Amino acid sequence: MTPNSAAQPDAAAAAPGVVVNDFTLSVATVNGTGSQTANATLIRAIIRMGVPASGKNIFPSNIQGLPTWYLIRVCQDGWIVPRENADVLICLNRETARDDVMKCAPGAWVIYDAPFKLDMLRDDVHYFPVPFATLVRDVAPPKLWKLVTNMLYVGVAAELLGIEMAAIDAALAKAFGSKPKAYEINVKAVQVGRDHARESFTRPADGYRVEQRDLIGDKILLDGNSAVGLGAVMAGVSVVPWYPITPSTSAIEATEAYLEQFRRDADGTATFAVLQAEDELAAIGMVLGAGWAGARAMTATSGPGISLMSEFIGLSYYAEIPAVIINVQRVGPSTGLPTRTMQCDILCCAYNSHGDTKHPLLLPASPGECYEMTMDAFDLAERFQTAIFLLSDVDLGMNNWLSDPFAYPDRPLDRGKVLDAEKLQAIGVKEWGRYKDVDGDGIPWRTLPGVELDGAAYFTRGSGHNEYARYTESSTAYEANVERLLRKFETLRGEVPVPHRDDTDGGSPVGIIAFGTSHWSLVEARDILAKEHGVTFDYLRLRAFPFSDAVEAFVQEHERVYVVEQNRDGQMLALMRHELPQVAAKLRGLRYYDGMPIHARHIMNDVISNERVA
Amino acid sequence: MPPPPPSPKLPSGASKGPPLNHIGLPQTEYRGGKSTLCAGCGHDAITAAITRALWENAANPYRIAKMSGIGCSSKTTAYFLSKSWGFNAVHGRMPSVTTGAMLANHTLNAVGISGDGDSASIGIGQLVHVIRRNLPMTYVVNNNGVYGLTKGQFSATADRGSKSKKGELNEFEPIDLCGLALELGCTFVARGYSADRKQLIPILRAAMHHRGTAIVDVLSPCVTFNNHAGSTKSYDWGKSNEEPLHEVGYVNPWDLDEVDYEAGSGIEVTLPDGGVLHLAKLGSDHDPRDLEGAKDLLSQAKAKHKFLTGILYIDEHRPNLIEGLRMCDEPVGTLPQSVLRPGREALEAVMESFR
Ligand SMILES: Cc1ncc(C[n+]2csc(CCOP(=O)(O)OP(=O)(O)O)c2C)c(N)n1
Ligand code: SF4
Ligand SMILES: [Mg+2]
Repeated sequence: MTPNSAAQPDAAAAAPGVVVNDFTLSVATVNGTGSQTANATLIRAIIRMGVPASGKNIFPSNIQGLPTWYLIRVCQDGWIVPRENADVLICLNRETARDDVMKCAPGAWVIYDAPFKLDMLRDDVHYFPVPFATLVRDVAPPKLWKLVTNMLYVGVAAELLGIEMAAIDAALAKAFGSKPKAYEINVKAVQVGRDHARESFTRPADGYRVEQRDLIGDKILLDGNSAVGLGAVMAGVSVVPWYPITPSTSAIEATEAYLEQFRRDADGTATFAVLQAEDELAAIGMVLGAGWAGARAMTATSGPGISLMSEFIGLSYYAEIPAVIINVQRVGPSTGLPTRTMQCDILCCAYNSHGDTKHPLLLPASPGECYEMTMDAFDLAERFQTAIFLLSDVDLGMNNWLSDPFAYPDRPLDRGKVLDAEKLQAIGVKEWGRYKDVDGDGIPWRTLPGVELDGAAYFTRGSGHNEYARYTESSTAYEANVERLLRKFETLRGEVPVPHRDDTDGGSPVGIIAFGTSHWSLVEARDILAKEHGVTFDYLRLRAFPFSDAVEAFVQEHERVYVVEQNRDGQMLALMRHELPQVAAKLRGLRYYDGMPIHARHIMNDVISNERVA
Repeated sequence: MPPPPPSPKLPSGASKGPPLNHIGLPQTEYRGGKSTLCAGCGHDAITAAITRALWENAANPYRIAKMSGIGCSSKTTAYFLSKSWGFNAVHGRMPSVTTGAMLANHTLNAVGISGDGDSASIGIGQLVHVIRRNLPMTYVVNNNGVYGLTKGQFSATADRGSKSKKGELNEFEPIDLCGLALELGCTFVARGYSADRKQLIPILRAAMHHRGTAIVDVLSPCVTFNNHAGSTKSYDWGKSNEEPLHEVGYVNPWDLDEVDYEAGSGIEVTLPDGGVLHLAKLGSDHDPRDLEGAKDLLSQAKAKHKFLTGILYIDEHRPNLIEGLRMCDEPVGTLPQSVLRPGREALEAVMESFR
């Protein structure tokens, strides 16, 4: 009865028509009403029951009063992208209520604020009107009504869906552990919600249920930005200049929180500096200054900030200064859709700035990769003395994802080719040239300011320098330098994270490429294609630019390859065609650009129509 | 009259050769590459004054970070102190790069050189914010009222009513960098003149020992584009309109015993290195710790078209950015991995917080 029930209902427990542990729940509210804690409670409680769940916050660029949705995908098979049509709807926003109801899946459960009177809208869903305004009176004093209303819907949903009170209780203890009063009120609110649901509704015979499983183990639930912050701190970041911009701000906040926790002495002395700059231009200038003077420095921003940083990013390429730039991508300039997701800064980062420049991009698809790749970014930045981009997005950065716990780094920090006085003397001061390729890998050796030795110092400027960092406008010196930079980029090709390849049994003539958050929609689409249509595709997930040799090999080995991405113009497709001209003709684009995570069925339908699958 | 500032003494035993400073270096050790600016450019005189100031201060040449933006003025970091690192950044953004470098290694001594285009137009935001934060640095603006490197357009410091070489009249109000700095609460504000070397050198010496941001706005005539009649940034104009506030002297801590300023001969300010800034009275009674007085002086001078030079304001007590952030003594850039990377327990504790 649901449009799609990929999960196998537990035969022993479930009546026919009951869907166990596989549904999309949508909470429609108004932003600024404090519903985050309630939604977090719901999702944590489901996870406490051992069932995978992930949350996506679809929110406006506004502080209070505009529509917001929180989508929870509950799925014991581990799929995480919400379906297009909600199976369970909690309707608290009068303004969007009509649309929200009309968009639900047939058979959906609609929990709504009773005065909205929605039950005439359609007759193929189940209605659960809740008189929140009345119920809330018994729970808390008037000033808390707005907040407590949220916990009431948690109670109603928990009762209908079979979420155990113990699980809710554990989630509430996590949220309010240190505030016994708040904890008590919230427990009471949930209880009142539950009681109301039990007394007023009969649960439909068909529909949705959460049942205890053991699929979580020691998994953690976190957003990609927190993982970036943790990765940065485990990588030893020491200078963090930044300028606030959604959706990157929380990456800096996480970094700062961990630095405060682990890098400040009892007496208050810090081994780091976090500084709110006056703009992104200053933030990247500070990163370069710090990188030049030997510190691990990082900033985080989004598209508009990248635009402002452009000149400095080019300077980092030519002056060869390490920098780590976290770009949590969002939609468009100015008042674009800053809180909606997109993979839209690929070209603008890969070829950022003027002159001949190219920059490595790391492409995480999960919080675990945000953590790992942020650490990689620092090592690569210092080893290659250049700016490294980590391209996250709103979806990955700001939503909660289930993840395996992170492993402690197994490699020491790679501080790259730095000469101190002793090493410099050993090779001979006169021999050393700041931009000289002595190792054949295109990577020169540098000194840090402050080395007390004649000849250790050099002068840093843009592209007009020779191997010894002396000013020149000579064409041959310029040409030699940009060619060495290209050799350095070639070395980098072998050092960035390699793609993940997943071939089907026996292989397929057609392949698919995706990266970043599109991965999750893609793997689900692949699964549906196999189950419902019996067609399989080999899959390669890009994890970095420059493209490893394995990327070209994958395309070479297939007749056609679809590149799935979240932007209108096929930026990754363009980058691949440009960088891999030998296989360019085999590449096709599948593009999604509505600002929402891709629905698996959209990819599936597009593949079907392109490949004329029956 | 106070005695002139002491000249660096020769270490005992060295009787021949060039004079050496307190750390035994001749002034030539503070030299840089050959200047490629136009002959007579004020910027070269400022470079010479900086070279001299560094030598007289017996600065450790390896620990100076020479920072600049873009312009003829910003090129000059290549013309002094070859022994040290220089960073010719991008136009108007020297302050941010300097901030990052100092956060990474505050044991460096940052000397920033900028121009009036670099600092009063494209980079005014960074100028303002570095002052707000009181970053420990010397910030010299080689101010010629024009964009030298792009061939003579008016800059934002050109006076209203002044004329360009082609005869165009500047219709806009000037930005007075010293006035702006005072307004922003800058902790060291001075104005100098490239041709008044005697005063500029001690101003720079004191600035290099200042605890926070020291703004030194120096009139530096552009002989090629702004040295004509009708300009208020020309040598003639500077010569006829300069009005020094006081006679500036700076005494290194190791020379204190040798110098005996007459009691009441001026104002003394002890700087963090233990050296003493001495300001001998000339025309006015201005105490450079009087902020309102400094603002009044500047506005009176503006009304009278006087070119006031000297140290307008100093607050030697306000903590700088590094102190405010409570950064450790060692440069964070070179801390070992054992300090930089938290241990396994730390990671485990964070993992638990996400369960
Ligand atoms: C982003 C950018 N815009 C414009 C320029 C061109 N430019 C180079 S120097 C300069 C003005 C320099 O004037 P000033 O700072 O007063 O230095 P001066 O040459 O007068 O010493 C300009 C506009 C540039 N280098 N970068
Ligand atoms: S153009 Fe003007 S500022 Fe530039 S070097 Fe020549 S005189 Fe100096
Ligand atoms: Mg100028």
